[in-house]
Amino acid sequence: MNLKPETLSKIDEVITHYPTKRSATLPLLHLIQEDVGHLPPDTSEWVAAKLELQPINVLEVITFYPMFRQKPIGRRHIKVCRTLSCALLGGYKTCATFEQEFHTHLGEVSPDGEVTVDFVECLASCGTAPVVMIDDELHEKVDCAKAKQLSDQIKAEAQKR
Amino acid sequence: MPAPEQLRIIFKHIDEPGYTNDIGCYLRNGGYEVLKKAVARKPEELIDEVKKSGLRGRGGAGFPCGVKWGLVDRKSGKPIYLIVNADESEPGTFKDRYIMHQDPHQLIESTMISCFANNVKQAYIYIRGEMPHGARILEKAIAEARAANFVGPNILGTGYSCEIFVHRGAGAYICGEETGLIESLEGKRANPRIKPPYFPAVLGLYQCPTIVNNVETLCHVKYIAEHGGAEYAKIGTPGNTGTRIFCVSGHVQRPGYYEFPAGTITMGQLLNEVCGGPLPGRKFKAVIPGGSSAKILRFGERFKGKRKVGTELVDYDWGVEDVPMDFDSLGMIGTMGGSGGVIVMDDTVNMVEALANINAFYSHESCGQCTPCREGSLWMKKITSRMVHGQARNEDAALLKSVADQIPGRTICAFGEACSWPTQSFIAKFGDEFKQYPETKKTAKPADAVALV
Ligand SMILES: Cc1cc2nc3c(=O)[nH]c(=O)nc-3n(C[C@H](O)[C@H](O)[C@H](O)COP(=O)(O)O)c2cc1C
Ligand code: SF4
Ligand code: FES
Repeated sequence: MNLKPETLSKIDEVITHYPTKRSATLPLLHLIQEDVGHLPPDTSEWVAAKLELQPINVLEVITFYPMFRQKPIGRRHIKVCRTLSCALLGGYKTCATFEQEFHTHLGEVSPDGEVTVDFVECLASCGTAPVVMIDDELHEKVDCAKAKQLSDQIKAEAQKR
Repeated sequence: MPAPEQLRIIFKHIDEPGYTNDIGCYLRNGGYEVLKKAVARKPEELIDEVKKSGLRGRGGAGFPCGVKWGLVDRKSGKPIYLIVNADESEPGTFKDRYIMHQDPHQLIESTMISCFANNVKQAYIYIRGEMPHGARILEKAIAEARAANFVGPNILGTGYSCEIFVHRGAGAYICGEETGLIESLEGKRANPRIKPPYFPAVLGLYQCPTIVNNVETLCHVKYIAEHGGAEYAKIGTPGNTGTRIFCVSGHVQRPGYYEFPAGTITMGQLLNEVCGGPLPGRKFKAVIPGGSSAKILRFGERFKGKRKVGTELVDYDWGVEDVPMDFDSLGMIGTMGGSGGVIVMDDTVNMVEALANINAFYSHESCGQCTPCREGSLWMKKITSRMVHGQARNEDAALLKSVADQIPGRTICAFGEACSWPTQSFIAKFGDEFKQYPETKKTAKPADAVALV
């Protein structure tokens, strides 16, 4: 595991928040995923050694929680809310717009490597449906036009790189 | 009757122009004064105020907060933990989000008052993983409060010490269930625990007595500590005290969050006056009043029976619009106030498709420990999505009902009820639409129809 020094120091700090080391499992997985982009194959071994657990104790956590991913994704992660309030206001069309714009399908890395589009469940912003999270940012009232506009922005940023 | 005025005590500063989430702004608005006074009182007095207030939990079950605090095992000699349930993941619910993002110090101050009252030395805020900014905002707020000696060692020179840490979830709805949350905080899969024996008040986090309260519930505690339980109980109606925040989403003109004295507003006032009624040219068809697990109501149905008003029993005969939006009235008509998430559907919605959407949610979110819930939620999803995307059969309604009926009461946690109530109530209220669905499918949909699944 090749982690940044900041990540390692955050890991050591967060372990002190709990009376048992095992409680730091989720925080460590978040920190590793933020650093690497996904959880590489040696994650379970590494976290287990750090927290004095068995690797299976970590692997079962990784596979339980939808936010943890064991494979790389596109440069940006587009998460469209699928649940009822968003669907009632066109969430499925919003999602399809992103898929078309990036020539991709749910859960895949787009051919240009730029994005992965996923459906997620209710994001607790149902009053401004349909909502979409792009990486850490919440976007509200994302109809097809706004989805197109957000896609154009992502493409423009990719061009500049 | 016109709708009552909003009374914003918890959402007082939400969306207020110029109000920021730093401690400076909070202090300018009188922040932490209640904590200063609270730590000079006896903890038991504060618990008494909460008992007197009649405050009921805002996380979903409506359990009296003072009673919950009274059940905490204080004789075991073990530390007592407090967990703020900030998992906000019941579909249709969006209130804790705004408290945490826009007014985080209100939550920190409320948490510290509740910790002091219960002799808690360590609190955790369990925030859902999809709110990374929320987690950072809370961490910054805690650091500011610690620097000002409102959190941490020897708070305000009283000798009382208490820490708060933020703990992030990772996208699993079941972490909102309090014992699933505790497992998750212990670093495991969020498999809820069986009760008895694992009542959090006795055997909670690290097998120690633990209080789990919703974000909004705790914010009410601050108001109660400031104004007294008796004064708080004057807001709202007996049995449903204080204010209630309604989160309205779906097919209304003005979706959003609205705070009213509990029990003073009816469904009709909320949806027609406050939220501006249906979208142009549409009619209300159905509403789910308390988060997606609450049983659905059909516009046009009537509810009759007797209810207690003061000491007398009086007859009631309500349409959906007439129902007061409080825990007891909604309970009486066979649904629940739950988390305050009101999801509205108009006459463009096909109920089979709406149920298919909800069923997909529950089958995705079942933790999988109990066979009736794991298999039942999956089959309900498979059947409803086959009805929509494949072949629909006349016997599907009966089949769905038989699956749903076999889940509740046979599972470890209340998710079993939560996932079966939508199917049971949709079929009970809209059985005709399920029966007609094979026919409905033969006619082409309008070009602008929205897909729900
Ligand atoms: C399946 C399920 C999901 C739940 N999700 C939440 C949630 O997201 N937020 C919450 O505060 N309570 C949730 N609850 C309720 C909690 O278990 C618990 O009752 C609540 O946090 C207690 O706080 P309160 O008494 O202040 O309401 C959920 C319960 C169940 C059964
Ligand atoms: S009822 Fe469902 S969610 Fe709850 S413990 Fe059982 S399988 Fe898990
Ligand atoms: S349904 Fe999309 S945010 Fe709640």
